[in-house]
Amino acid sequence: MIELTVNGRKHNVDVEPEMPLLWVLRDVLDVKGPKFGCGIAQCGACTVHLNGEPVRSCSVPVSAAANHKVLTIEGLAQRGQLHPVQKAWIDHEVPQCGYCQSGQIMAAVALLAKNRDPSDQDIDAAMTNICRCGTYARIRTAIHAAAKTLKSTKA
Amino acid sequence: MTIPFRRSRRDFLKVSTAVGGGLALELCVPTPVLSQAAAKTKGPELTAWIVVNPDNSVLIRVARSEMGQGSSTGLPMLVAEELECDWTKVRTEFVSTAEQVRRNRVWGSMATGGSRSIRDSQEYLRQAGAAAREMLVAAAAQRWKVPASECDAENGVITHTPSRRKLRFGQVAQAASKLEPPKDVKLKDPKEWNLVGKPARRLDIPDKVTGKPLFGIDVQLPGMAYAAIAQCPVFRGRFVTVADERIKGLRGLIKVVKLEDAVAVVADNWWRANRMLKLLAIEWDAGANGGATTESIREFVRFGLEDSSVPVARNDGDVEAAFSSAAKVVEAEYYAPFLNHAPLEPMNCTALVKGDRVEVWAPTQNAEATHATAAATAGVPLENVEVHLTHLGGGFGRRGFQDYTRQAVAIATAVEGRPVKLLWSREEDMQHDYYRPMTLMRFKAALDSSGKLTAWRVRDASHSIMAGVRPQEIKEGIDRHALGGIVDMPYEVPNLRIEFAMRNSHVPVGFMRTVFHSQNPFMRECFVDEMAHAAGKDPYEFRRVMLQKKPKDLGVLDAAARVSGWGSPLPAGAHRGIAVQDSHGSYAAAVFEVSVSAAGELDIRRVVVAVDPGYVVNPDSAEAQVQSCVAYGLTSVLWGEITLREGRVEQSNFHDYRIMRIAEMPKRIEAVLVPSGGFWGGLGETPLAPLAPALANAIFAATGKRIRSLPLKNQGLRLA
Repeated sequence: MIELTVNGRKHNVDVEPEMPLLWVLRDVLDVKGPKFGCGIAQCGACTVHLNGEPVRSCSVPVSAAANHKVLTIEGLAQRGQLHPVQKAWIDHEVPQCGYCQSGQIMAAVALLAKNRDPSDQDIDAAMTNICRCGTYARIRTAIHAAAKTLKSTKA
Repeated sequence: MTIPFRRSRRDFLKVSTAVGGGLALELCVPTPVLSQAAAKTKGPELTAWIVVNPDNSVLIRVARSEMGQGSSTGLPMLVAEELECDWTKVRTEFVSTAEQVRRNRVWGSMATGGSRSIRDSQEYLRQAGAAAREMLVAAAAQRWKVPASECDAENGVITHTPSRRKLRFGQVAQAASKLEPPKDVKLKDPKEWNLVGKPARRLDIPDKVTGKPLFGIDVQLPGMAYAAIAQCPVFRGRFVTVADERIKGLRGLIKVVKLEDAVAVVADNWWRANRMLKLLAIEWDAGANGGATTESIREFVRFGLEDSSVPVARNDGDVEAAFSSAAKVVEAEYYAPFLNHAPLEPMNCTALVKGDRVEVWAPTQNAEATHATAAATAGVPLENVEVHLTHLGGGFGRRGFQDYTRQAVAIATAVEGRPVKLLWSREEDMQHDYYRPMTLMRFKAALDSSGKLTAWRVRDASHSIMAGVRPQEIKEGIDRHALGGIVDMPYEVPNLRIEFAMRNSHVPVGFMRTVFHSQNPFMRECFVDEMAHAAGKDPYEFRRVMLQKKPKDLGVLDAAARVSGWGSPLPAGAHRGIAVQDSHGSYAAAVFEVSVSAAGELDIRRVVVAVDPGYVVNPDSAEAQVQSCVAYGLTSVLWGEITLREGRVEQSNFHDYRIMRIAEMPKRIEAVLVPSGGFWGGLGETPLAPLAPALANAIFAATGKRIRSLPLKNQGLRLA
């Protein structure tokens, strides 16, 4: 049995230790926000936070998440309030097909947690997730907008 | 027995049923239930498209797939514009294919491709909205005992103008539903539109930022099994035998399923299925194509350029005579490689076969084709099938093909009674596409002493998509679809000869975003640039002269030139390129501003794309489609190529089939929407068409080097 905490809830899962976290989330725990896109940590559609750090869950064995905190897009809203990044994604009409956006949002939240006012270069460096629909211009705008919101609410 | 389908996740299909998803499986005869949607909602139907609820909320049905293009918002906008309902109270649902069969295709085509969703259905959607509005107004007028002509509908409220009495739509919907829908309705003049043409928030976005399980890959059913698949790596090859001793007794194994050209492992989760699949020793029969390489296929296609007897698709004037009196002759040969669609959600399909009933959940670009494929695969009548259309994690043309449906139903048949979700690995997706066709073109043009184009000969040697999907459209060896942008070019050319050599290798080809207009305009518009250069003319002015009788093409060309400041001074090292191309019922032109270092580092400083689609339904989505085309188009131009060795595709995943990321996206993209009205064109593909040539022409302006072969990474160029 491997114990992990997903979005604040403890789970004990009886799986192979090498099973990737992504598939434990999706097929065992029915947490479908993280998506499968490549399986080799290229596209970032599976991005979740492991103890606050963004990781490509398709390439993290579940054993590495044992006794740690996993946060997925489903756990981002607090007390029914969307995260400022999610709000910015809505305000700026970012998603097209939407498939990559769980991962994009989780990557953006992690970036803003470390860097309150990211430059375009910071965004380029941190946001390596693939969006096949090409929503990049709006992702950039939304990150800057969310940064402003976060600054004004925490100032 | 009822099969209990979990419905705790409310929105995951946006299609619910009266007694759970098992309904279709339980009934041997078409159900008398009006529709699944109506069973969930409380109000009556007003036309097949609209349900008006007592609380004044309106349900509008969507027959086309949502794959990111935004038509699940744009299509309801067209209905709502005429219905005069309260747009903030509109909900949508995808239509049920089982209902579509039962109701004799009342919702028309469900195919989603060719940028056709809006342009093909706008008229009947607006008519449905107008008919429902008239029924609601008539019902209110009857209640008030006044003439309907004294009543108006606005924002979900009907007003009797003389008495100022008001009724909400929800109050008269029942009465309205008993009226006969009007046969002829008058649609609004576009000048009267309140909703259409103004930016609207997309209805699907809130669910897409909260991780809702909208997609085919997210389908979760009780007792569901998971399948991973390995397909014969050489196209047209066959499965021979499999040694499965190594996986016998491994955890989670349910079954190994052998198909004609594939092997699937069914297990209790997908990771286990895929891991066991990799442990199998599968023997394939590659057939006749096991030795094919990119080079051998290219030579095979290229023979079409040399072949002395190929059909002529167009022959205006006398090309030979014009060549004999030419002051200057320009010749060039162009090449475009195979490409993979690479939607981010890999192919998948969930199927449940139970007795003679089949239920399918699929991210498909044509739910009716999925329905028909499921019926044919299981050998059951159409009435015994239900397809639940999910959201698509990208489509780009790939999901119109139904190979994944066939496989899922075949696998589900092998584990009858149990739902199975088939999911392809990215590697399978990369190596089993219907690829953008490899195409070669040779051009020869004659210029007179004034630099005017007098003759143009085109030889197109290409794979044909139609040969595989609609062979009846190929007449006397000519596939006019493959000649898109060439045989119908807008330029006025006095002597024009277009020859077509169909060259189909063993590689399956299909419709990929912008289809032949993704490579043919690259060739045509780069060659026009070559002609302009040879003539000593400005490439914008050179085109203008030949477009005098084509005001729409000229309009977007002028708009792109104007906004980009064509001809105005640029910073040192910066250069521009221009191109124009109509496609999918719309018109587009692009100007790129680039600089290129001596080391081949390409800096794309600015992209201007002008588009005239006639009417724009949602300008916000239109701008998004232009941005999307830039990312998708530039990915192909910069890096895109599928190569083959030993008959099989060499690329396997995103490490060797590179996709543009945010750092590589041009920072300055300007979408110039110039809708001129009077026609309805597409928007999802047209903006892509002029991108490759405008960029390649800008590179020529910067470097003096002609780009005649893609991708750019093979031409010594990389992004700065």
